[in-house]
Amino acid sequence: MSVKILYFAGLKEALGLPGETVELPAGVATVGGLRDWLVAQGRDKLATAKNLRCAVNQEMAGPEVAIKDGDEVAFFPPVTGG
Amino acid sequence: MTVRIQEADFDLGNELAALRAGDARVGALASFVGLVRDLNDGSSVSEMTLEHYPGMTEKALAEIVAEAKNRWEIYGALVIHRVGPLRPCDQIVLVAVTSAHRGEAFAACEFIMDYLKTRAPFWKREATPAGARWVDARDSDDSAATRWQK
Repeated sequence: MSVKILYFAGLKEALGLPGETVELPAGVATVGGLRDWLVAQGRDKLATAKNLRCAVNQEMAGPEVAIKDGDEVAFFPPVTGG
Repeated sequence: MTVRIQEADFDLGNELAALRAGDARVGALASFVGLVRDLNDGSSVSEMTLEHYPGMTEKALAEIVAEAKNRWEIYGALVIHRVGPLRPCDQIVLVAVTSAHRGEAFAACEFIMDYLKTRAPFWKREATPAGARWVDARDSDDSAATRWQK
């Protein structure tokens, strides 16, 4: 399946890219699994980032949340607006 | 219930007047304006840039306002949050709420602001004499939001 990944703020800067569309191998089916897979592809910052947050289709999501073909998955640091 | 994300500044007087215009049920209007300070975490700040997640930000704010409407009897609510480059003394955010009485207006306004701080996807990057840095989230913001869960 294919998912669209977005990165924001310090994470985007550290990775040097705003996002990417990736083809996931069978077996990568959750946010946590996706994060581990991206780290294995060389996105090391996803492993070391402090308190990394995630959203699936623009809703906050924990590592256990399932992902499916066509989803938009965003990774970002804790928010600091207001 | 209105949520706006914009680069442009806003006129506080005009916005508040529009929020309550013609609504004679309104006996209270509470508002909060967040401003850029020239000092943060011990460093002087000459400029700040606000980044957001287009789409999710509007959705998250609309959900927060809807939750406030569930909890309190409020008539109108307005959230304006600026993005892009900002300087000290600039307005960053406006939250305004109307209701019949002050208690509900104050509470809903503070609730929206506390939830915005921890749930709406915005990130601040500050220019300081030592270079630019991303602002770290504060634990005190988490505890401010958590107290509403009682």
